[in-house]
Amino acid sequence: MISLKNIARLWQKGLVRNLQTSSALQHDALFVHRDTAEDNPDIKFEFSPENLKRVDAILAIYPEGHKRAAMIPLLDLAQRQYGWLPLSAMHKVAEILDLPRMRVYEVATFYTMFIRKPIGKYHLQVCTTTPCWLRGSDDILSTIKNHLKINVGDTTCDKLFSLSEVECLGACVNAPMVQINDDYYEDLTCDDMIEILDELKDGKRPRAGPRNGRYASEPLGQPTSLTSEPPGPGFGIRSDL
Amino acid sequence: MLRTAAQRALNGAFVSPKQLGVLVTRGAGDAKKPAQIEVFIDDKPVLVDPGTTVLQAAALVGVEIPRFCYHERLAVAGNCRMCLVEVEKSPKPVAACAMPVMKGWRIKTDSEMTKKAREGVMEFLLVNHPLDCPICDQGGECDLQDQSMAFGSDRSRFTDIDFSGKRAVEDKDIGPLIKTIMTRCIHCTRCIRFASEVAGIDDLGTTGRGADMQVGTYVEKFFLSELSGNVIDLCPVGALTSKPYAFTARPWEIRRTDSIDVLDAVGSNIVVCTRTGEVLRILPRTNEEVNEEWLSDKSRFAYDGLKRQRLVSPMVKVDGQLQPVDWETALIAIGKKIKSAGSDIGVIAGGMADAEALVALKDLINKLGSEDVCTENPFPVNGSGTDLRSSYLLNNTIASAEEADVVLLVGTNIRLEAPLLNARIRKGYVHNETEIGVIGPQVDLRYDYTHVGDDPCSIKDLENGNDTFAKCLKNAKKPLIIVGQDALNRPDGSGVLLAAQSLAALIQKNVQDPQWKVLNILHKVAGQVAALDVGYVPGYEKLKDNSKLKVIYLLGADEAIERSQFPSDCFIIYQGHHGDCGAAIADAVLPGAAYTEKQATYVNTEGRAQQTLVAVSPPGLAREDWKIIRALSEFVGQRLPYDNLDQIRCRLEEIAPHLTRYGNVESANYFSQALALALKESATVNKKPISVTQKSLEDFYMTDVISRASATMAKCVTAYKTQQCSKY
Repeated sequence: MISLKNIARLWQKGLVRNLQTSSALQHDALFVHRDTAEDNPDIKFEFSPENLKRVDAILAIYPEGHKRAAMIPLLDLAQRQYGWLPLSAMHKVAEILDLPRMRVYEVATFYTMFIRKPIGKYHLQVCTTTPCWLRGSDDILSTIKNHLKINVGDTTCDKLFSLSEVECLGACVNAPMVQINDDYYEDLTCDDMIEILDELKDGKRPRAGPRNGRYASEPLGQPTSLTSEPPGPGFGIRSDL
Repeated sequence: MLRTAAQRALNGAFVSPKQLGVLVTRGAGDAKKPAQIEVFIDDKPVLVDPGTTVLQAAALVGVEIPRFCYHERLAVAGNCRMCLVEVEKSPKPVAACAMPVMKGWRIKTDSEMTKKAREGVMEFLLVNHPLDCPICDQGGECDLQDQSMAFGSDRSRFTDIDFSGKRAVEDKDIGPLIKTIMTRCIHCTRCIRFASEVAGIDDLGTTGRGADMQVGTYVEKFFLSELSGNVIDLCPVGALTSKPYAFTARPWEIRRTDSIDVLDAVGSNIVVCTRTGEVLRILPRTNEEVNEEWLSDKSRFAYDGLKRQRLVSPMVKVDGQLQPVDWETALIAIGKKIKSAGSDIGVIAGGMADAEALVALKDLINKLGSEDVCTENPFPVNGSGTDLRSSYLLNNTIASAEEADVVLLVGTNIRLEAPLLNARIRKGYVHNETEIGVIGPQVDLRYDYTHVGDDPCSIKDLENGNDTFAKCLKNAKKPLIIVGQDALNRPDGSGVLLAAQSLAALIQKNVQDPQWKVLNILHKVAGQVAALDVGYVPGYEKLKDNSKLKVIYLLGADEAIERSQFPSDCFIIYQGHHGDCGAAIADAVLPGAAYTEKQATYVNTEGRAQQTLVAVSPPGLAREDWKIIRALSEFVGQRLPYDNLDQIRCRLEEIAPHLTRYGNVESANYFSQALALALKESATVNKKPISVTQKSLEDFYMTDVISRASATMAKCVTAYKTQQCSKY
């Protein structure tokens, strides 16, 4: 029989297994609200005067009785104004649309692009899905991590950058790519990435799009296919017709 | 999910097909009905109306399709996928609850494809379900358990336990009544739909999506509604269970007794679940005419009050203190007092007195030569008074309240006084475009209404007036005027009743339906209608003035009764089941039985006689009320001529035959006579605003001796106060 002492010794050696817990495969966002210093119902949120005009314009799109369809545009507007979407902004939207708050919470938690916790000024979303990954998105990611000294899900101390790993953003032709706020930065190399980050730090807005000189998703250099003159009408049709 | 007024107008598609069907059949009697279509359920032909869903068509031929999210009283969600069935020539199985049938469809509810679909859905549900049935309160009455037995696979392919584990969701604190174990939730959204559609409180919803979706309130908030307990019944799994009943019993250990609720005047049908002489819980019993399948929180959860503050032994005052004695001593002492009082005796019957006790006591007092039998709750006695039943009943019945097109509520917080009647009105508001007007304080009824005025003069203004609501009321096809007790218990109560009667008479003329009765009175207590039916005088004002009074007999009268209201040498007898205000001022106490402990007759506010059955025996020496009075009659020397329940019910029948026609509404229709008699006496109304006693949900929970003794109800009041302080 093993005495308690022995078990303690084995434990120290790491020979007795600890209580096993299964890893929680969960979303990185919480789907319940917790009051924090940055996010609680006491924080005031009001649309700015110019945004109030936008609110009216958005509401005018939808017919009477279907005003609740304006919920997503209004939440987006609130998020653009505040940087992220605090609880008070959801309450404001509910108030504008005359809806129960729960109906707004439902929508705000459903869409991942509504960010319900404080986030840096620039949201770096690195695509790591297969095409980008094959084209070296891991290097891009590690460059960002090393350069900004943050991990995925973190925000830099100066509240300038937040880093997220995302699934396909639909720019596979220009892999690897990173979305920073509303802009796509494509065909990246590690040097490009550092350059972009430094420019952003200096308050400049780096040129969006492919970094390797090509236009959109056209081939670099000369076209490699469909190079001949396009055939006109009647091409390939039987002569007797 | 939410219906605002404008949305209702534009968005007819929200109405579930069943309800549409109901509205169509009720609304347009002469409109031509569309031709029925024939479909085949497992090769059995059935003719159905267009728009019927596959699930409803199957139900017509007695085939029950398994379901979780579908509920016939809620909107169709179609998200659990359990009701998938094969339809011939359809490549995929279809969701029976949401799919309307087409002509000639052959639906196969027992085919290979259907079986496989069900098994697959069940497997997915169980992957995300904890399978903690041994510690789950739903065990034994769980839809998921039953259906996995019937339709699930006999083995599991779930081997992922070491990699990602089972889904786990944190529990929510949504109040003192509902316990949540959210990991068990299968996202059927029945609770959300109930809260939004029936209760009118949009506090529940789904947050997140996909595997991370959860049902809850998002913020820390209680789900406080007068109907919240119904989500426990609706939940097909053990995610929402009863907090007071937690870990108490298994359904197969329980004895179920059909009974009637007496905590409000609706007379909801209930099932009292008992074990070893103890009420463990109360569940609603379906009665389409009264409570559908809902139950108010007070009726459902106040049962723990039946175990506290009980009077368990007869008591007589010795040296200024009530001392427990045996029945004989008590009855001899009381008998002596009553004998010496002769006809100087008065009775005050409380709100929970049953018809048997009321009749026995009235017979006894009448034999002694007194006519002073009163009820605790007043009612205007001008004109015909309570002689014509139509003056004090909810004449148009509870069930038809949902068909009304215009409802005028006078001096009642109907949501708290009769939650299930309010649910009917809300149903009309949601599905039937009902317009509602309120005279009295602007209370929260969970639907939009026109506030017509604060004082009773507004009733007269409606009669003469020409504003939008007055026009609406006068042009209505099915208008209702519901007058609450708080409007009638004022000094000018007769005036209020007269004003309501004459307004009702005016708009009754436009009503085509001969069965439709505009004037409705809503009572607050369960015993009042029976008391008025057997000839009790409403209100005990005349006892207060009577200085000759030597004995007062309180039959469960507990509300605001004070010793100082009566002559100081008056001997007060209290008969009832709880030690409350009444027992506190009594010189002698006779312990009676509560509604779960006696077979007794109650008449609800619409005049429907129903009976409670004995679920448990009365505690201690307590006895059924009419038996106590029968026993006492011998000690008084006026033996009552009935010895058993049959005999006293024969006596009931002699006085008022409807009292023993259980389940039936005895309708009354003497409105014009009542109005003519009332007009003979001048009754005016004053400008004082009407106030209601139950203003907010806080006032709902503790209104009678049982609910005042209930710890659960006290917790609800605390929860309400906490919620008021909360920022959400």
